[in-house]
Amino acid sequence: MNRNESITGLFKQNMRQYAILIALITIVIIFGITTGGTLLRPDNLYNLIFQNSYILILATGMILCILSGGNIDLSVGSVVAFVSASSALFSVTLGIPPLIAVFLGLGMGLLAGAWHGFLIAYVRIPMFIATLAGMLIFRGLNNLILNGETIGSPELYITIGSDSLPDLIPVQIPNIINALFGINIEQRPFLHFTTIVIGFLAAAVLVLGMFISRQNKKKYNFSIESFGFFAVKTGALFLAINLFTVWLSASNGLPNVLILLTGLVLIYAFLTTKTVAGRHIYALGGNEKAAALSGIKTRKVLFWVYANMGIMAAVAGIAYAGRLNAFSPLAGEGFELDAIAACFIGGASAKGGVGTVVGAIIGGLIMGILNQGMSIMGINIFVQAVVKGLVLLGAVAFDVLSKNKQGA
Amino acid sequence: MSKNILSMKNITKTFPGVKALDNVNLEVEKGQIHALVGENGAGKSTLMNVLSGVYPFGSYEGDILFNNKICKFKNIKDSEHTGIAIIHQELALSPFMTIAENIFLGNERQTFGIINWHETNDKAKQLMEQIGLNLSHNTLVKDIGVGHQQLTEIAKALVKDCQLLILDEPTAALNDEDSKNLLKLLVDLNKNRGITCIIISHKLHELTDISHKITVLRDGMTVQTLVKGKDSISEDAIIKSMVGRDIVDRFPKRTPKIGNVGFEVRNWTVYHPLDDDRKVVDNVSINVRKGEIVGISGLMGAGRTEFAMSVFGHAYGKKISGTIIKDGKEQAFHDVGDAIHGGLAYLTEDRKNAGLIMMNDIKTNITLSGLEKISKWNVLDSSKEIIVATEYREKLNVKSSGILQKVDNLSGGNQQKVCIAKWLFSDPDVLLLDEPTRGIDVGAKYEIYTIINKLAEEGKCVLFISSELPEILGICDRIYVMNEGRIVGEMMQDEATPEKIMTCIIQSATGRKN
Repeated sequence: MNRNESITGLFKQNMRQYAILIALITIVIIFGITTGGTLLRPDNLYNLIFQNSYILILATGMILCILSGGNIDLSVGSVVAFVSASSALFSVTLGIPPLIAVFLGLGMGLLAGAWHGFLIAYVRIPMFIATLAGMLIFRGLNNLILNGETIGSPELYITIGSDSLPDLIPVQIPNIINALFGINIEQRPFLHFTTIVIGFLAAAVLVLGMFISRQNKKKYNFSIESFGFFAVKTGALFLAINLFTVWLSASNGLPNVLILLTGLVLIYAFLTTKTVAGRHIYALGGNEKAAALSGIKTRKVLFWVYANMGIMAAVAGIAYAGRLNAFSPLAGEGFELDAIAACFIGGASAKGGVGTVVGAIIGGLIMGILNQGMSIMGINIFVQAVVKGLVLLGAVAFDVLSKNKQGA
Repeated sequence: MSKNILSMKNITKTFPGVKALDNVNLEVEKGQIHALVGENGAGKSTLMNVLSGVYPFGSYEGDILFNNKICKFKNIKDSEHTGIAIIHQELALSPFMTIAENIFLGNERQTFGIINWHETNDKAKQLMEQIGLNLSHNTLVKDIGVGHQQLTEIAKALVKDCQLLILDEPTAALNDEDSKNLLKLLVDLNKNRGITCIIISHKLHELTDISHKITVLRDGMTVQTLVKGKDSISEDAIIKSMVGRDIVDRFPKRTPKIGNVGFEVRNWTVYHPLDDDRKVVDNVSINVRKGEIVGISGLMGAGRTEFAMSVFGHAYGKKISGTIIKDGKEQAFHDVGDAIHGGLAYLTEDRKNAGLIMMNDIKTNITLSGLEKISKWNVLDSSKEIIVATEYREKLNVKSSGILQKVDNLSGGNQQKVCIAKWLFSDPDVLLLDEPTRGIDVGAKYEIYTIINKLAEEGKCVLFISSELPEILGICDRIYVMNEGRIVGEMMQDEATPEKIMTCIIQSATGRKN
């Protein structure tokens, strides 16, 4: 076995992953220029996270559905609304303590997801129809519960959905970044130091983990990338994370919802790549018959994929209510399509078995940056829709064409 | 020169990194049946794809002369218009359409886009009669067997007025009787209608009977063309030139060391999953001793696959009854997971659709049914996985660039080895092998027989299902004959002959009618 794989070989193997990352960076640079740097301002980065966190949470659940066989869940937007309405019922109407209400809300999401999972996996109703029905049912239930009205949410929801981590470490560094953009720094004269520290620690742990994993591979004599490539890769990652948190520190610091999202992404990335359950999901999507004949309980896997989607929709619903400071009958409209688009832009196959959690997140970020960049530029929202549609089409066309090329 | 309907001259076709065809020459005489043989990957299908325009003119080097005219096909339509029809191994029929509709698919009887149903059905009926397809033209293709589907494909080719009919492995999925009928039809078409045929097949005994000439390809090159009546065209001679070496024995020798009964199934009855009244497996009782290879012979549709799959954790069927006894203890396998834990393995007959995840790499496929062995608290140990996959890849001699190669890009024989590796990794005591050598070339078959022998030597119980009689006779210690869901005969290797097996089947079939 070739121990030091060439960089080009590595690049070819992970072409899709790198291509999407390059696309993301390119889009950031383009909008950075066309908006005259406005997109890159700390406050805009901060807003970007809030505006897209719930879509990214949904995409993390949706990618599992898609992996399990190209299944999509059209109901998630309505489940977001349903959970939001039930939370209003629990925390406001019934006066249950918010912390318990949050868990009850998650439970409602699980119920909704389990309902779809049951229909799809055990009754064998085609997923498109089961979730389309769910989309109508849960939207209707939301309106019934809320009576079509918007209800203000308790403090806890706002903390989850629109607050940031408090600055716990009393070290004051002048806000050089906002000064760099020529922004009046009277509002935030100092950087949010806790955010910087957390970013640094997280980056350090990540790099250490990658190094240990590389040493492990070396020990077993497996093929690894050359040290130079490894150093550049980890170095870039280390820098990127730190730059990101330093940038956030110039605004309000680390949003709570970002901590939640990061946690979920880590958990699900681990689940899909390193666990037996994850392997079962990929196998089911890759070839259902082969998976069943290999002893995988295919129905159970399918059921849990949808039940999990329900929980993720609940998390998104709770975060969204906090973001709006209210439980709204209009919550979550169209979210399902954004989440699905994020997965496909991120390289998931519509037939199942191919895709990654990280890819879906990057896909969601591309959509989010397109939205924000074009909004800052003042582009007509109808034009924005056209552009987003073309980007989705382009990403999938890239997949299809590169696959055809491989097959020839 | 003028005798040749087709000459392919110095055809070279290169794929990135591989020369699939290297200066291949093929001369097919008008009105003859010309066989094309070679191991998997020898370039037979590639050559036919060049001929039929799947690979357009310009993507290969060399010339194709059809009726002495140079052809430059841009696509399949072009070659069809010239009179070349190809029937691929994977049939191109639409399951929810009738036989008549399928026959005229892409070639509809129509005026201005409106289909003339009378003409369609009349013509279809006539054609079906001519080729001996005795079914209603209104039958849906999904409801007819593979043999009849094959005939439908031939009818489809005939309405296109083809002069040269190419058949890629037409009998691979057929039982002996259907195969015979099909070959008879080909000879018939050849004699009465003057249709020239090129037939690709691994079943050499069929080819030696019907073909006038046999061209052997090896590693993308023409090795030789044998002419009937001039050269000796014994199977052994063909095999020798296919593999480029003498195969002294097609079945590796082994001295069986047979122990106690390790696996037994009693009074096993299974009903069709969609039809509660239809018994697919009827009161079957079999046993396998440790270290013994037991064959189940029978025609396609005899219920062998259904039997094996229903035993394997009820993976098939409804209302299953009967007992399974393993190592003297009664077992209840409620699902496939149970069966695997109980020490069973089932190698499917359909490796592409039910055995492998084609888009995944070798490593992922090998470990799929034994994930608990490479994980702790459900977390995978990727280092262990690589070690295991590497070990099994080497053990079974899977020819690939590494364990990360996609199984889609492997040859049939190597794909099958990955399938077997997967089941060896799950470490079973009882192996149910369903057509383990289907669609695999001679060399790889030998390797797979060797693996099976080794498993038996380790004291495992092997149940070997095959439709190929020579194979069953060559490798099994004991043979059950199955027909219409029942066991209709049992014989030891030394007393078994093809005639005896066929007699069992035929007698049981008539016995039932009375």
